[in-house]
Amino acid sequence: MSNETTLNIEPDANAAIKAECRNFGFYYGDFQALKDINMPLYDKKVTALIGPSGCGKSTLLRSFNRMHDLYPGNRYQGEIVMQPDNTNLLAREVDPIEVRMRISMVFQKPNPFPKSIFENVAYSLRVRGLTNKSELADRVQHSLKGAALWDEVKHRLNDLGANLSGGQQQRLCIARALAADPEIILFDEPTSALDPIATASIEELITELKEKVTILIVTHNMQQAARISDFTAYMYIGELIEFGVTDQVFIKPKNKQTEDYITGRFG
Amino acid sequence: MSGLIVHPFSTRIMSTTVTVPPVPPTANVSDRLRKKASRHIKERFIEALLFCAALISVFTTAAIVYILVKESWIFFEAVPLSRFLFDTQWTPLFDDAHYGIMVLLSGTITSSAVALAVAIPLGTIIAIYLSEFAPFKVREIAKPFLELLGGVPTIVYGYFALVFLTPLLQKIYPELPGFNLLSAGLIMGVMIIPYVASLSEDAMRAVPMALREGSYAMGATRLQTALRVVMPAATSGIASAYILGISRAVGETMILAVAAGMQPNLTFNPTESGATITSYIVQVALGDLPHGSIGYQTIFAAGLSLLLLTLMFNLLGHYLRKRFREVY
Repeated sequence: MSNETTLNIEPDANAAIKAECRNFGFYYGDFQALKDINMPLYDKKVTALIGPSGCGKSTLLRSFNRMHDLYPGNRYQGEIVMQPDNTNLLAREVDPIEVRMRISMVFQKPNPFPKSIFENVAYSLRVRGLTNKSELADRVQHSLKGAALWDEVKHRLNDLGANLSGGQQQRLCIARALAADPEIILFDEPTSALDPIATASIEELITELKEKVTILIVTHNMQQAARISDFTAYMYIGELIEFGVTDQVFIKPKNKQTEDYITGRFG
Repeated sequence: MSGLIVHPFSTRIMSTTVTVPPVPPTANVSDRLRKKASRHIKERFIEALLFCAALISVFTTAAIVYILVKESWIFFEAVPLSRFLFDTQWTPLFDDAHYGIMVLLSGTITSSAVALAVAIPLGTIIAIYLSEFAPFKVREIAKPFLELLGGVPTIVYGYFALVFLTPLLQKIYPELPGFNLLSAGLIMGVMIIPYVASLSEDAMRAVPMALREGSYAMGATRLQTALRVVMPAATSGIASAYILGISRAVGETMILAVAAGMQPNLTFNPTESGATITSYIVQVALGDLPHGSIGYQTIFAAGLSLLLLTLMFNLLGHYLRKRFREVY
């Protein structure tokens, strides 16, 4: 097996790159979870990470906002470079908090804080030191609208976030992630804990969000990847096997392994 | 795939028809039954044993309440409740006896307030550090030490207050009497720190990692995560820790008996000496009052007041736990 990633993409001069993994690797202690990943994230596009369980998709996703820094023994290798400022997010001198201010995240299970709906969304603004009440109210409203939740909660902004339904909680988490105007939002299997109707609304929302932000999403659901993403990356045991335009990856995969996975022969 | 799914009912019929066991002889059946019966008796026995164990604690509590109320009744037949509650002197030993519980209560409140002023802030800070900041190794070493602090006999703390802390405080504040509520309260606070810290830390550590990750992912610092997400999520556990601390302070006896003096003194000034409800009971139990006198009955009235006080805090704790129980 070669380490070369199969590229299934036509060179596009207009496509702007928002971030890029360069020879990126990752270690949990001595265990190498990701090997030599080279992958672009195109600006204001949705990129989906697919692959069987344990292939490292979530590990890769969580490297972008340096979530691995929270636990001892984790180590990055190579670079993840963010544009337009050409910052290596993994560099020692780069503060992970600064990284997380630019790259927000939505988790697998909705995890609203034990606070009111309003305070949940205002959280990322408050930790940035914003205290002006009218500005907070404006931005909370704007984010809730952006997450298609405003009409459902505008009369009960002081209710606990945990009192919402699962799908509403996940949209609350999206509103929370949107509030501080991130450049990239990471979604870690955002619909795996939701019913089909809630899933459809989140998918629709993601498609709308890409007008404003770059999105990287991990999903177990290949139909979901096909429906909402512009680019797809297929990973297998810590390696990036194929990367390309979603339609091409799904209709005409160039790599045999990708084809086997997508057609359900394996995985 | 759907064609392969076999109705579960059909498989059950299949298996029973194929593996029908031979009809067992009657002896075997009764054997099996006896085994079952003996198991049943054994389980009933264990159940009864566990029930008795539970009953002992309930019975003890009920007996304590019964004795306190019965003996206090004798006291309150001689001394009206209004005099007990509103008299400003506590002199059961004098000819001109006064029974104003406020005098003892003021000592209890003052010393507890001093103790909690030490234990709650320090205990909370220690809990935040251990739960959110300390590296794994530090926590593994520091926590047992902290809990050891809670295992020191209170009489040791009492003498520490009397012979070490009071002289030290007298260097700063020379008018401080040898027995005073301040040094007893401060040392009591140190004694309570482990309870507050350990329980608060448990409550904070029980907060799911997903909430912390959510906070970090929004760009929060460790301190912001600890104060704005973890602590609010652990409110009910932290409230119970505080209530336990208060109960310990109100019920603490030895430190006060040794270091605070036993002079009943209606004061809320910690730099004076004073008696608390608990230290007064010690004094009487040591034999200063003749058995059967009204003065002797006072310890039951004092004990009942103490019980009601701690009961009040327990109920408050229960209410706070329910009120602030966080859903996560």
